[in-house]
Amino acid sequence: MNRYSITPALKDRLFKIFAIGCTGFALLTLLVLIIDILIKGLGRINWAFFTNLPSRHPEASGIYTALAGMVSLLFFTLLIALPIGILSGIYLEEYGRKNRVAKFIEVNISNLAGVPSVIYGILGLQLFVRLAGLGNSILAGAFTLALLIMPIIIVSTREAIKAVPHSMREAAFGLGATKWQTVVRVVLPAAFGGILTGIILSVSRAIGETAPLIVVGALAYVPFIPEGPMDQFTSLPIQIFNWTSRPQQGFIDNAAAGIIVLLLFTLLLNGIAIALRNRWYKKTSL
Amino acid sequence: MKTTAYLTWLLLIGTLSLSSCFKHYKAKINIDGSSSVYPLTEAVAEEFRKIEPDIRITVGISGTGGGFKKFLRGETDISNASRPISKNELAISRANGIQFIEIPVSYDGMAIVVSPKNDFVDYITVAELKTMWSPASQDKINSWKQVRSSWPDVPLNLYGAGTSSGTYDYFTEAINGKAKASRGDYTASEDDNVLVQGVSSDKNGLAYFGLAYYTENKDKLKLVPVKVTGEAPAIFPSERTVQSGQYQPLSRPEFIYVNAESAKSPFVKQFVRFYTEHAASLAREVGYVPLPEEVYQLGYERFLNSKTGSVFENKSIVGVNLIQLLSE
Amino acid sequence: MITGGNARIRSEKVMEFLMLLCSMVSVVTTVGIILVLSVDTVRFFGEVSFIDFVTDTQWTPLFEDKHFGILSLLSGTLLTTCIAILLAVPVGVSIAVYLNEYASPKFTSIAKPILEVLAAVPTVVYGFFALQFVTPLLQRFIPGLAGFNALSPGLVMGVMIIPYITSLSEDALRAVPKSLREASYGLGANRFQTAFSVLVPAANSGIIVSIILAVSRALGETMIVAIAAGQEPKLTFNPLESVETITTYIVQVSMGDVPQDSLEYRTIFAAGMALFVLTFLLNNISFWIRKKYQRRYE
Repeated sequence: MNRYSITPALKDRLFKIFAIGCTGFALLTLLVLIIDILIKGLGRINWAFFTNLPSRHPEASGIYTALAGMVSLLFFTLLIALPIGILSGIYLEEYGRKNRVAKFIEVNISNLAGVPSVIYGILGLQLFVRLAGLGNSILAGAFTLALLIMPIIIVSTREAIKAVPHSMREAAFGLGATKWQTVVRVVLPAAFGGILTGIILSVSRAIGETAPLIVVGALAYVPFIPEGPMDQFTSLPIQIFNWTSRPQQGFIDNAAAGIIVLLLFTLLLNGIAIALRNRWYKKTSL
Repeated sequence: MKTTAYLTWLLLIGTLSLSSCFKHYKAKINIDGSSSVYPLTEAVAEEFRKIEPDIRITVGISGTGGGFKKFLRGETDISNASRPISKNELAISRANGIQFIEIPVSYDGMAIVVSPKNDFVDYITVAELKTMWSPASQDKINSWKQVRSSWPDVPLNLYGAGTSSGTYDYFTEAINGKAKASRGDYTASEDDNVLVQGVSSDKNGLAYFGLAYYTENKDKLKLVPVKVTGEAPAIFPSERTVQSGQYQPLSRPEFIYVNAESAKSPFVKQFVRFYTEHAASLAREVGYVPLPEEVYQLGYERFLNSKTGSVFENKSIVGVNLIQLLSE
Repeated sequence: MITGGNARIRSEKVMEFLMLLCSMVSVVTTVGIILVLSVDTVRFFGEVSFIDFVTDTQWTPLFEDKHFGILSLLSGTLLTTCIAILLAVPVGVSIAVYLNEYASPKFTSIAKPILEVLAAVPTVVYGFFALQFVTPLLQRFIPGLAGFNALSPGLVMGVMIIPYITSLSEDALRAVPKSLREASYGLGANRFQTAFSVLVPAANSGIIVSIILAVSRALGETMIVAIAAGQEPKLTFNPLESVETITTYIVQVSMGDVPQDSLEYRTIFAAGMALFVLTFLLNNISFWIRKKYQRRYE
């Protein structure tokens, strides 16, 4: 080989270094992000931060109303999305394998999973805020988020049900159970871990959503606790967004502190979901 | 059985946490409107909350125009306004039967601001501001050099109020001669914080917004003095120059408009009284210019006497004398 | 033998019907989105000509001199997406190839969780990072960089979509039959040659699908650009300037107070429709590619 050519072995080595570099870059970015946020925000985390209402003074501002809004929003979102999502998943996987309507619905769900979240916001604005007359209330936000996370719930339910071995179903049929009895008493309990994983993942997604809630009318400055599900609200990501837009350093620190709380929730939920998934996989493999 | 136990626990925890998410208030006051008046009203509302935590006050920032729209539909009790109510809005108020009491709450000297890294701007004249912002300049005036030949030929990046903002209306009237007449190719936002962030990190930027936002972020911004004409002295906006009327034409009074129906509520009465009593000190705190004490008293008297209507009905706001107008 | 008789059959049929109804919710959602966007878009085009919409270079719907050219918002969206893709594709595909051909289990056990975390971080956090860390950092090296610019959110978006490309590309690479791999090694090729001359071309449909889906994700991203890219619609391809994307515009108008049923309000729907059409097309192209090449090696 003349010394001007790059040998295949060299290319191999170079690529290896490049790829490790890429992975290192991803890791580095994540680390830098976390460290930067910890530096900016850790100092602000104390009990008062969780119990204070928002204020014009950064040091006196807290995330109580954001957390209250987030919890109630989540409650109603799940109340709406879980029954519909899980039942849809059951139908598509257990009953609708062969008919064309089911195939059509499947294509729909794949499409919906790829629609930008702002568009869900626009849908929610026209449908729930205006047409249904809910105004910019927690319920309107909950309905919008429910539509957004439904594809996740449906897909996880389907995967969970798909993983249940046929032998279990056939055993149930052999004993004389009807389709529905099999589903409720055999398949669902076996798929429970997977479905729960899906629920947790969708919750993790829902608490981080900002754009659709802004379009639906969640306020950025909510120095009060909502009076009920028809009231105005805010949520943690929106509070963070509001603080991030403020130039004063005090609010930037608040935003970072809020992010720490949000990240803790998100990563905790994701961690639980992964642990569940691993445990459940062991359980159903025979 | 286990599942039922799980579910019951979940329901219990859920209901418990849910109940801490809701609260009942004895009264609600809805305020919306100008983002310039917002810091002052927010400060007043927050201090008020300390003595009356069970009265809920919400303050929105839809802009003066947006606030008036809601106000005239009866959706809000008080409207923040950085300009007086307009002729059109007066007509709508008559048509909708909404009566209001107009109360001036502070002065604002609108600040012209550039980045601290900008080393060539020493002052600016009203004529130059007009060159920068007039509708005719849209897409044409793109360089600092085009405004003043001694300035360098670098891109002119503008940041300013959005179209439903009273700041927008006032600035365009004072500088371009006609309210709402402005070029559209700039970073427009009702949220002045966005403007502060934009101009503070843009070497070639220029912004206009309420003085409070400058005072709050002094360390990130450079204030530009304004010359009314080429020969006049260059004046910085400050408490003194705004109160004395020296800082022109960008000094303006700011208002709250109280719905006359809402004003019948003892809670609203309490709030408005608190407002006029504390506006001077809080205005200073947020960076605005307090009105003379007499004006606050006159304003509060109008409120007590339910004197509805606007004193600006057929007058321009530029260069106005409030004591005179309110005493009429 | 069915226990319970006709009542049970009937109640089961009812359940089945109920579940079918639930599944139809997704169809109703899609129909809802299309309807909601279309109705006001059609009304919008009643007042603004379509030619103007696609050719005018200015977007100033709220000002006196009104222009309704989507090009400036579109350029903001495309500019940030391009930057994101330029970062994410080489990095993502390389990581996927490495995990597939080179990596030890230990390496994989580190890399996979990192990627999962990257995908789980809420976008508002990325937006904060772009504005408060990346932009000041870049400003030290690029003196002309404005506080709001396209480069910073573009890069951060790129990092955000790396997991999309990596996971799907990896699946595609894994699906390539072992026989091809072994044949290549049997001929004396090293890992690099096998990976890029044999495996990647074989898996190219899967990799392309991953890229298309990543592009679609980046086009629809809102918070990162809303926080860090700016709110000035500008037709430019200079990443150092402030731009506005379609998504930022929608959020900006929603936060302000534009009267409902006005022409200005309808701009949200026209802009949203443009975005929806783009992402819808891309998503379906990727589905079609996936389906077409699914059975290639069977």
